[in-house]
Amino acid sequence: MTGSEIWTTLLGRFEWSDLPFVRAWEKGTLSEAIGAGAGGVVVVGAVLLVALLTYKRWWKPLWSDWLTSLDHKKIGIMYIVLAFVMLSRALIEAVLMRTQQAVAIGAPGLVGPNHFAQLFSTHGSIMVFFMAMPFLTGLINYVVPLQIGARDVAFPLLNSISLMLTAGGAGLMMVSLAIGEFSTGGWSGYPPYTEAAYQPGVGPDYWIWAITLSSIGSTLVGMNIAVTIFKKRCPGLKLMRMPLFCWTSLCTSILMIFAMPPLTVATLMLALDRYLGYHFFTNDLGGNMMIYIDLFWLFGHPEVYILILPAFGVYSEVISAFSSKELYGYVSLVIATMAIAVLSFTVWLHHFFTMGQSADINAVFGIATMTIGIPTGVKVYDWIWTMFRGEVRLTPPMLFSLAFIVTFVLGGFTGILLAMPPVDFVVHNTVFLVAHFHNMLIPGLLYGMIAGYQYWFPKAFGFRLNERWGTVSFVCWVSGFYLAFMPLYVLGLAGLARRTQEILEPDFRPWLLVALLGAFLLLAGLATLFVQLYVSVRQRDQHRVPVGDPWGARSLEWSVAAPPPEYNFATIPHVGRRDPWHWRKANGGAYKPADHYRDIAMPRNSMVGPVVGLSGAVCAFGLVWHIWWMAAFGLAVLWAAVIARSFVRRTKRVIGAREVEATDRAWLATAAAQQVHPRELETTSANAGLAELHA
Amino acid sequence: MTDPQLRHVGLKVGGFEAIDVEEAETGIFGFWVFLMSDAILFALLFAVYGTQLAATAGAPGPAAEFKIDSAFWETMVLLLSSFTYGMSSFAMKYGGQLRWVVGMLLVTLVLGLTFLGMEANDFAVMIHDGATPDRSGFLSAFFALVPTHGLHVVAGCSWIVVMLVQVAAFGLDDRVKINLLRLGLFWHFLDVIWIAIFSVVYLQGVMR
Ligand code: HEM
Ligand SMILES: [Cu+2]
Repeated sequence: MTGSEIWTTLLGRFEWSDLPFVRAWEKGTLSEAIGAGAGGVVVVGAVLLVALLTYKRWWKPLWSDWLTSLDHKKIGIMYIVLAFVMLSRALIEAVLMRTQQAVAIGAPGLVGPNHFAQLFSTHGSIMVFFMAMPFLTGLINYVVPLQIGARDVAFPLLNSISLMLTAGGAGLMMVSLAIGEFSTGGWSGYPPYTEAAYQPGVGPDYWIWAITLSSIGSTLVGMNIAVTIFKKRCPGLKLMRMPLFCWTSLCTSILMIFAMPPLTVATLMLALDRYLGYHFFTNDLGGNMMIYIDLFWLFGHPEVYILILPAFGVYSEVISAFSSKELYGYVSLVIATMAIAVLSFTVWLHHFFTMGQSADINAVFGIATMTIGIPTGVKVYDWIWTMFRGEVRLTPPMLFSLAFIVTFVLGGFTGILLAMPPVDFVVHNTVFLVAHFHNMLIPGLLYGMIAGYQYWFPKAFGFRLNERWGTVSFVCWVSGFYLAFMPLYVLGLAGLARRTQEILEPDFRPWLLVALLGAFLLLAGLATLFVQLYVSVRQRDQHRVPVGDPWGARSLEWSVAAPPPEYNFATIPHVGRRDPWHWRKANGGAYKPADHYRDIAMPRNSMVGPVVGLSGAVCAFGLVWHIWWMAAFGLAVLWAAVIARSFVRRTKRVIGAREVEATDRAWLATAAAQQVHPRELETTSANAGLAELHA
Repeated sequence: MTDPQLRHVGLKVGGFEAIDVEEAETGIFGFWVFLMSDAILFALLFAVYGTQLAATAGAPGPAAEFKIDSAFWETMVLLLSSFTYGMSSFAMKYGGQLRWVVGMLLVTLVLGLTFLGMEANDFAVMIHDGATPDRSGFLSAFFALVPTHGLHVVAGCSWIVVMLVQVAAFGLDDRVKINLLRLGLFWHFLDVIWIAIFSVVYLQGVMR
């Protein structure tokens, strides 16, 4: 073997110039320097993280308390941590794109075309697959078992595997910053542009495998949550008695089960094209790119409802809790949720009205699209009626919910505009569309996730988040959104194409500057969220809510301590109606010891999740770089871990009835010792989690 | 809620030590859900195959390449393997004689491997004739759909091997029983998919 053969065997197609640092050194352009800077941040960040973990001796707790844990609450929290990390990166990229467009008016600006294309591709892919999906999965994971009176999800190990596969995909996204480059094909990765004929490099392969890991993780999560909701509800909790968040989670997980496979199929077919010379989507030999586009949007449209429905659930909980009222129109909300889930499979074609179907087909899909507005409208009215004559408190989660209602309706209107094929022909592929979908996703997803994070944080960690910083953050997120995206409607109508790296029309400058300001405000929104977290942790002793019901809410998750014990419920609750916790409080059934405490069997920790995630990522990395031994090794380890696991018989750990009873009685004693707080003092240190009861 | 009743062929109600009935029920229901998602995958591959039928781009097409007799015998082998798997499940439920459970699993495994061998031979002949996936959109679709089923059979065969080892190691304990039941669902599911492949791909291919 010659030297170069050995190199190729060991390192595949890697070359030194694949390192952004080397590229920056050789080319010396600003664009490359920015790329190298980003790669440097990843490397330095990783080194610092390792150093910190080592210095603080946190490796062991990290491994045994978190990474190998099968507790749905911890898995949920890890999902959300992942989401925040990825949100930070994707938001910084967004600011960079906005900066580029604001300065590159008749000038090259900061980043070159190729680099800019990588930016919108990573931003879009991360926001959807590694920010939004983990965030909502995390919330669902944390909250749903508690709301349905269960001790865990149906398949705890599968839960951990799903998390780790997603994390593996996210890791691959991060590695692509420091080794090689990313796809320039956008978040949707349309062929033939992403075929080997046009992009032979590693970029699209990073995209394919990162997305594949995450989509497999999401499919598995969907199955897990759906089965959990169908099979693990506590006695008496009929479907129509579930909190609305459970309903939206159920619909989301069913959508995941049915809508993720098309994406997996599409990305794997693209991989076959690229790796084995298949002709699914190529220009020649019978390939047909429309197949990809159909498959992608067969996933893509349901996906937007996967993203939005959980947020709808959060808003339903938040608005009801902070209005101290029963949710108005429960049944209509359930039906509307189901209707949206079903309809979401009937509209995918509106993403490509301009791609040559007949006018009749376009009309059918346009009308189908508009019908989704109906159930959504029902929901908006229900939320408004829930607030009507309620005792509304403008806490941060509530503020986000209000901003959502107004902003989302606005985005919905522009959606109706786009659903008309003739209008779509005019604004297709302009930043009007970018404005529209951000107008749906930022209020319809991100605000919901932030609201849910603020709402359930005290449950998870036992202390409230600082409301003042929450409000500051809210102001940034909302004003930032309007400033950043309203100008894009104008620019889109004026004809500015999306994904434009250099702007040739000087008249666009003022609008682009406003949008840039908005982007900075959005970044400030994220920064203030971190400040809020920091401040709240510092002040945690004044904000503790150990009794566990800080907002005087109505569903079962508030009926246990904050943070809840590992097994959630000392005894499995029995439920006779909707809003069971509220009913128990009203009828003197709250904070009572059980007649009997029993032993509780909980799943033992398992390292299979992290091993599967890591080996999946290693396999993917090998595939990206054509390092075949590495890919085979990763795959082998992955399956070996799964098979080995099937031989493990001691998967449960028993917590003795005595311990359960002692913990429960200690919590009850805390509850008995605390003062009831009135609504007005909810956001003060008078709130110990024991809320005053209202009708 | 009343105690859920287990009506699955391979399981007996009660008699569970480590796993309670509810948990077994959940585990099996979860596998049904997985099969549903897997079915979507195949549905999409079938749809792609259907749209790509005409995209032969001058390379060999269906009529030239498909050998109905070997596809027929493959079908028979696979159907028989489903039958023998069913026998194994019955043996597990009634009486639970290990001899029969294991014996029938072994027969199933042999039939599965036979099927794979025949299929591999088909592919080899096609490739020898120059009908490779890089020749046309049609052949790409064919070589996505049929080998995906084949890969599932490979997974099924490996799973049988793992289960045989587990039966040897643990006997028919609860988890082994549940996994044998899931494997059975998987195996029969692959049969169903194959029937669809036989009709849509092979029969239709030679009829046109
Ligand atoms: C929070 C502040 C955000 C800002 C400032 C922002 C900014 C941007 C910008 C400047 C682009 C490129 C537009 C163009 O093509 O000209 C973009 C694209 C995109 N963004 Fe965002 N975004 C934000 C949040 C989000 C969120 C929350 C999501 C989804 C959950 C998202 C998903 C996308 C997608 C899918 C694309 C399209 C990428 C492509 O062209 O392939 N963004 N965003
Ligand atoms: Cu859509």
